[in-house]
Amino acid sequence: MLSRVAERMYWFGRYLERVENTARLINVNTNLIMDLPKVKHIWESLIEITGTRDAFDQRFSRIDERNVMKFLLDDEFSSIKAAILGARENARTTREIMPSESWVLINELSIYMNKHKTKGINRAGRHELLDEIIGICNQITGYLEGTMSADTPYHFIKIGRNLERADMTTRIVDVGCLNLMNPELEIGQYENILWMSVLTSLNAYQMYRQQVQDTVNGEDVVDFLLKNRQFPRGVAHCLAEVAAACQSLPRNDNALRSITHAQRTIDQNDVIALLNNEKLHGFIDDVQLDLSDINGELTTTWFQRNVDQESNPSQSFTQTHLFT
Amino acid sequence: MDLKNYAIPDRVFDEILTNNNRARPGLGQLVSFLKKNGIQNLNERKHNAELAIQTMGITFTVYTEGTNIDREWPFDIIPRVIHQKEWTSVEKGLKQRLQALNLFINDIYNDEKIIKDKRVPKDLLASSKDFRPECRGMKPVYNTWAHICGTDLIRDGDGTMYVLEDNLRVPSGVSYMLENRNISKRVMPELFKNHDILPMDDYPAQLFDTLSSISPRPLDYPEVVVLTPGIYNSAYFEHSFLAQRMGAELVEGSDLIVGDDDCVYMKTVEGLSRVDVIYRRIDDLFLDPEVFNKDSTLGVKGLMRAWRKGNVALANAPGAGVADDKVVYTYVPEMIKYYLGEDPILPNVPSYMCTDKKQLQHVIQNIENLVVKPANESGGYGMYIGPRESKRRTAEMKRLLKANPRNYIAQPIVNLSTVPTLCDNNLEARHVDLRPFILQANKSYVTAGGLTRVALVRGSLVVNSSQGGGSKDTWILASKD
Repeated sequence: MLSRVAERMYWFGRYLERVENTARLINVNTNLIMDLPKVKHIWESLIEITGTRDAFDQRFSRIDERNVMKFLLDDEFSSIKAAILGARENARTTREIMPSESWVLINELSIYMNKHKTKGINRAGRHELLDEIIGICNQITGYLEGTMSADTPYHFIKIGRNLERADMTTRIVDVGCLNLMNPELEIGQYENILWMSVLTSLNAYQMYRQQVQDTVNGEDVVDFLLKNRQFPRGVAHCLAEVAAACQSLPRNDNALRSITHAQRTIDQNDVIALLNNEKLHGFIDDVQLDLSDINGELTTTWFQRNVDQESNPSQSFTQTHLFT
Repeated sequence: MDLKNYAIPDRVFDEILTNNNRARPGLGQLVSFLKKNGIQNLNERKHNAELAIQTMGITFTVYTEGTNIDREWPFDIIPRVIHQKEWTSVEKGLKQRLQALNLFINDIYNDEKIIKDKRVPKDLLASSKDFRPECRGMKPVYNTWAHICGTDLIRDGDGTMYVLEDNLRVPSGVSYMLENRNISKRVMPELFKNHDILPMDDYPAQLFDTLSSISPRPLDYPEVVVLTPGIYNSAYFEHSFLAQRMGAELVEGSDLIVGDDDCVYMKTVEGLSRVDVIYRRIDDLFLDPEVFNKDSTLGVKGLMRAWRKGNVALANAPGAGVADDKVVYTYVPEMIKYYLGEDPILPNVPSYMCTDKKQLQHVIQNIENLVVKPANESGGYGMYIGPRESKRRTAEMKRLLKANPRNYIAQPIVNLSTVPTLCDNNLEARHVDLRPFILQANKSYVTAGGLTRVALVRGSLVVNSSQGGGSKDTWILASKD
């Protein structure tokens, strides 16, 4: 398989996952604000999670629901629209590899988004828009799972998807903790509701409930989301998936080593103690660096073709690289 | 729907209807289908076709549109129909023509017999923009240089089919031909019940066989790749379509490298992997910066070296475009006689050679009734259509002709045939041409039909999609015996 194609499959997996994650995130926060009408700064946390503060400030002077929605739905670089475009461009340039119906589905997603994106700016149409987007993403993911041979191309999609997931989960946990510690937010009595929203934004509430028999509390949630190996959006699980996919690729030594490193970071730290000592934020930074190292190893091992190649996609959520 | 008002222009052959608006023989069912279904019904089908094109992502690219790089493919739902009996002879004619063209190309890069025998003038080649001296002495397998050819056919008022031009460089359109059939099946399924239409979707398999057969390594599974200039190219959709259907890798220049052993390799996740056959969709001059255009970033350094050593096959071979020249075109009937000892089955459009003083004079005197074409352009660019041009353009054209007669040929205006086309709530006659695709190597193959292009503007003869043309499905209707 061509290195260029491998790289595009990987970014396709990432962008598609990013579309779904961002849609879920908005959905949950819209829900949360209805429970906590008096808590300010909730919209700000969406900008924090996606790491797009600078880009946002360049376009808008005020952080409010309307502006945040406009930004996350329709911004040229940091929005759902941009991620859909990223997925589509990567798919368009690898059409000879992917099953053709998935290309049709991606087009449908892109056509739907372009037609209806303004629907989501106000609360009334938002749920419908985001649900449809999530639905089509799931359809594509399911379709690929059901029709693509478990071969090199699919491994790269899977690696992209799971790295993006791990990245998103760490960001959401991070912002949950920051919100909790921020006295201005006056979360206090609503702590439970906040952690529940963290779980639901990752579709983790039910699985958490089945596994953890205690009330919803910060310690268990953080531990579950970072260390649980069964839950598909748990960081430990995502890393195990990335490792499994890399196992079947050639020349995988360095990539596997970087994955093991990240796994150790997660395994060997007591996240509950870190949370209680207000040191979790620094720890999450370490995990993010590990994820970025994995991305770097993938690039060096399998994607790098020559020096004057098109500039590589970014490693961070904030910059969006399009193959256009 | 009423066809009484359907107006076929004067001295024009309509492919579906006769001059008194009756169905042509064998097309009764198609015409009564059009009559029976109201305009609303047809518009609905048209709308469904557009939706399908959108979701299937069938696009082509127009350069002048800035950021909007891919555009939906324009398609008209009413098919163009040709009877198999006629097609069998067209098919023979196309194979004959490509065979002669390949013998010609092979000859002029080697023995130059046809020149020594004074059947074509020597200076013809010296002045051809697409003659590549770098290719002298090469003898590709089967003596075939042009493996893939897209020949443009047109039908004059009296019903004669003429060859308008041979496209031997990187002809495109075949993917649209295949997709048109898919859409047609989807939006007009009833018609396929009553008509015995020859299938065409084996083209990608035939193409793969043709490409495999020229592999320099006798392997069961030669590594065949499609080389594309990238997503900005107007035919990118097609490159990726063909790679997908053939199960071949779609590569860009930067994916390939020529090793110290003068073999071509592609960069894969496993490391370097040898390539045997390159179906290149990049023009000669961009293929190899070592030999041609030094600034080309689309090509592969050393590719010509690898090809000359016989380590990789290129389709079409570099230099094959020499026979694409419109002045060379005028000699094709002569080539058929010279190399094959046969009479041409398909006629050329009669052409005036401007290098001949008498003919040039005739052209300049009658320019307002002629079409003048640049010898080396494709896509309909730079074409002069006498009756439609301004006085200023006419004066300009005369000046250009006198200054550089070798650069042009002139032809009488052929009244391209028409096919009913759905335009603004009505069926109207629109002019069409036809581009079948011919494959040649160890054997010859012609697509069952081709890409019918249609000029969507009333009265227009310009069918190129880059200039507002559309397309139609093309049916070869099996004979009923």
